[in-house]
Amino acid sequence: MSEAKAGRLSLTLKSTMESVDEIEAAAEKLAAESGLDENERFHMAMAAREAAVNAVLHGNEYDPAKLVFASFENTGAALVMTIADQGNGLNPDSVPDPLAPENLLRGSGRGIFLIRSFMDEVHFRQLHPGTELTLVKLLAPAGKNS
Amino acid sequence: MALTIASREVNGVTVLDLSGRITLGEGSVQLRDAIRGLISKGQKNILLNLAEVNYIDSSGLGELVSAFTTAKNQQAEVKLLKLTKKVHDLLQLTKLYTVFDIKDDEAEAIASFS
Repeated sequence: MSEAKAGRLSLTLKSTMESVDEIEAAAEKLAAESGLDENERFHMAMAAREAAVNAVLHGNEYDPAKLVFASFENTGAALVMTIADQGNGLNPDSVPDPLAPENLLRGSGRGIFLIRSFMDEVHFRQLHPGTELTLVKLLAPAGKNS
Repeated sequence: MALTIASREVNGVTVLDLSGRITLGEGSVQLRDAIRGLISKGQKNILLNLAEVNYIDSSGLGELVSAFTTAKNQQAEVKLLKLTKKVHDLLQLTKLYTVFDIKDDEAEAIASFS
């Protein structure tokens, strides 16, 4: 299900891998339509994918009764994406540093690190139940892209 | 694009030519099954050719790490060959560049296995 209002796209999705792909594609489209270069488009799409995986896999745990909510907007000053789940809540401070030597060989735990690396701002909000991530990519003022 | 894996033998080294995306779900599972299958058959020298892999997510990175540690625990070796720029940048960002033995030249990579 999707709804577009004044340049803002909102999606309500099932907790499936298809939803992850849809969120990634929507982020890529927003980045492309906003004139970001290929590298920045890749970063936006990957950050959105990682957030979507967190929502579907770790948040909702593929529960068909729980939904994922995503929105995509170009505010003029920034590209803003929100991705929310209905899970048990995520404390980002509880995720071990994946760059610490003792964690380098862990098989998981790099998603939030990648999101933070690729976006200019990342905000977590507890929804009780669920977690909402807001991912922000700041846009350069007109004429200052180079 | 889903992940495809082609296997070939070069001087006692199994080269897996990977193409596509290594992401949560199918791609990661395919890679895990391929590596475990080789190790269970006693193959000790495995070279992952990533020249045609242009996308790896955090799950795919985890799968590469798991392949590395699984191999090491069985006295086998997994090395990486021909990273694309995106994959190279991801491995640097996550410091996994320091974990893997990464080669650009296949002949040199094959010769490097002990």
